[in-house]
Amino acid sequence: MEKPLLLNIRGLKIEGRSGDTWHTIVKGVDLTLHKGEILGLIGESGAGKSTIGLAAMGFARDGCRISGGTIDFDGIDLRRATETQRRGLRGKRIAYVAQSAAASFNPAHKLIDQYCEGPVIHGVMLREKAETDAVELFHRMRLPNPAMIGFRYPHQVSGGQLQRAMTAMAMACRPDLIIFDEPTTALDVTTQIEVLAAIRDIVSQFGTAAIYITHDLAVVAQMADRIKVLLRGNEVEEADTRSMLAAPRADYTRSLWAVRSFARVKQPPSTGRPIISVRNVTASYGAIDVLKGVSFDIHAGRTVAVVGESGSGKSTTARVITGLLQPKKGEVLFNGKPLPASFKARSRDQLRQCQMIYQTADTALNPKLRLRELIGRPAEMYLGLKGKALESRICDLLALIELEPAKYINRLPSELSGGQKQRIGIARALAAEPQLIICDEVTSALDQIVQEGILKLLDRLQGEFNLAYMFITHDLATVKSIADEVVVMQHGAVVERGSKAELFANPKEEYTKLLLSSVPEMDPDWLNRLLAARSNNDKSGRSTHSSV
Amino acid sequence: MTILLSVLIGLGLFFIIGYSARAGLRVTAPAQYKPTFRDMPLTASFGLTVIVFYIVIAIFAQAIAPFGEGEVMGHQFLPWGSPYYLGTDKLGRDMLTRVIYGARNTVGIAFATTALAFFLGSVLGIWAALGGGWIDQILSRFIDALMAIPELIFSLLLLTIFGTSVLTLILVIACVASTRIYRLARSVAQGIVVTDYIEAARLRGEGNWRLIWREILPNAMAPLVTEFGLRFCFVFLSISALSFLGLGIKPPTADWGSMVRENATLITFGDVTPLLPAGAIALLTVAVNFVVDWLLYRASGLKE
Repeated sequence: MEKPLLLNIRGLKIEGRSGDTWHTIVKGVDLTLHKGEILGLIGESGAGKSTIGLAAMGFARDGCRISGGTIDFDGIDLRRATETQRRGLRGKRIAYVAQSAAASFNPAHKLIDQYCEGPVIHGVMLREKAETDAVELFHRMRLPNPAMIGFRYPHQVSGGQLQRAMTAMAMACRPDLIIFDEPTTALDVTTQIEVLAAIRDIVSQFGTAAIYITHDLAVVAQMADRIKVLLRGNEVEEADTRSMLAAPRADYTRSLWAVRSFARVKQPPSTGRPIISVRNVTASYGAIDVLKGVSFDIHAGRTVAVVGESGSGKSTTARVITGLLQPKKGEVLFNGKPLPASFKARSRDQLRQCQMIYQTADTALNPKLRLRELIGRPAEMYLGLKGKALESRICDLLALIELEPAKYINRLPSELSGGQKQRIGIARALAAEPQLIICDEVTSALDQIVQEGILKLLDRLQGEFNLAYMFITHDLATVKSIADEVVVMQHGAVVERGSKAELFANPKEEYTKLLLSSVPEMDPDWLNRLLAARSNNDKSGRSTHSSV
Repeated sequence: MTILLSVLIGLGLFFIIGYSARAGLRVTAPAQYKPTFRDMPLTASFGLTVIVFYIVIAIFAQAIAPFGEGEVMGHQFLPWGSPYYLGTDKLGRDMLTRVIYGARNTVGIAFATTALAFFLGSVLGIWAALGGGWIDQILSRFIDALMAIPELIFSLLLLTIFGTSVLTLILVIACVASTRIYRLARSVAQGIVVTDYIEAARLRGEGNWRLIWREILPNAMAPLVTEFGLRFCFVFLSISALSFLGLGIKPPTADWGSMVRENATLITFGDVTPLLPAGAIALLTVAVNFVVDWLLYRASGLKE
């Protein structure tokens, strides 16, 4: 028997403004959701996923307007409803969980205060009741120390915990519908699993309907009953999860499935002197050692992927190599010669040889400089190019990263898409003609199709210029496609290192196994199986302990 | 009544000129600047027209003014009428002439002062944020100490020490005003120096000067520009306050601030003449703030 209908969106049209003109972002999408059902919305960025998610609350972002269609929530027409009526629904019957919990919590208030705000304002429960209820929900979300965690400030809690606290907060009024907008995209794989499992449990316990927005197919496969694929504001197809995964109908869906087919040609084992050799580096912020005796080598023309969860010391290692952080012990050798510990003491040529590409191109490119200067400056500074020579070098670099020079040279970063910005980051690194490029999570802010383009570009450039890459990431799928060697880090120490094939096929350390098993697979039963396997392990582990 | 009417007509004229100039520039401007003029609001074009008008008056003061700046023409406090269109002041100098010369002196000095204060304050502020550590400590605590002394008293002190030429006046007010700008620039820059693009520029081996000038300042422009609009008006007040105390612009040099004070007695007789220089200041202030608002709108990228 069909469950009763909760949300019914018909012919939804949403327009966005740029300058004086309005253009359509969402072009007539239908969406139905029954009580207690989870619908997955997937698509690349710009597909209108989040816009539709917000529209389900009768809300349009600044600069957007809902221009057509009907939104019917449990018999209430949200487009006709007054703002007061809609405000009464939001938070009480429809809740929203944002992508970045860290940015969505108010840093000035304790979690419990923010939790209680909704239920108290909507008159669902009194403050005392809300507080005890919070503890209950924190407990159900498997947050550590649920009785006390509410009295912390957002910055005192880890990212995964914040995301769970936010889900608990969304649950506070026991809404009928929760909209999850990429809740795990910013988390690393091991944390992601905990959050996914917690979200799934709580949603099924309370019979809440949910719209789950993501660009990660493997994640949506675990969460959703039905999946809807979107492309540029149009619906591509919709089917229940299992049949969609088994047999996608539309070509676009198949292309989404096929993404990540890219894999780097296997390289022979590297020999000779490494470009960069990290030797027994121990470094600390204040009194706490964040790196403990880290050593590894990077050879010319090779990619070394450094993986590990957040806080494992991946980026700190990069900071030591670039000289932003001085190690307490150990040294970094460049072509066999030790590099000065601080970047201030390094010669211009030493600085040139080691370039960096950042995670978020938005903050890594000065928003007030045009591409000409962004890319041209390293070339001007290190290679002494001027006038015509500089101009032609900038054009060559733009051509290298597959952007049309004449069209882009005078643009500002804000006039580029996310993927294009990341390409500019690459061009800036290349302009210095370095031997080593450190890529710090360069693809994690991009959706999968764009990611693939960037990875292919990096691979091509590596072949052309014999570059060495240090590839910092928490995304093991990326590691699979681009790395030659893998360094696994945990708590500031190298757990395991070796060639990619060896490590993936035959992980020796417990932690590596855990990491590898945490990568979501495109199988709707994957999460169930994994959780079952892990809890079995726990039980057997505990029983052996008790027998001792 | 006639005065009110003529003020309204004057303002309307500025609006019309501003409107038509904007329309003209939209057509004639080079292609790359066209979007700039297309987005320009009417208030900004009005402000720009007024500023251009003041600049023209200031530059050609000698040619426009009917009499000499300090020339005593006739009786004191003559009423409006030919040849003294705005009457005469308490020494019998032509008001119109003095208002015109005042544009040159007051606006020139105020602008030079504000610009200098901004240069000094923002460069030092950003430098402190960039350098951090002891550079920041020394500079900030020194500036804190300066800010502890009331602005007027401190300027008086400095002016008595260094003498009262126009140059020292500019330097002293600029130094005092720059302490406030230093504070603002430093706090804005502290948010910018931790971004990845500054880290990237540092790793590239860029020097401090370039970091301040090309990488940080353009991103700190929005709050600084807003502050410029406000500061500019306060500088007028400082100058006239100092003139009142005899340490500012010295007679017979015309200055709007002191002109208001000198002729204030006329107000008791229902004469609006002393308010004219004040009105000139007010109009310029409004115009500057219109333009600043527009620049702010552009600088902060609110247009998207």
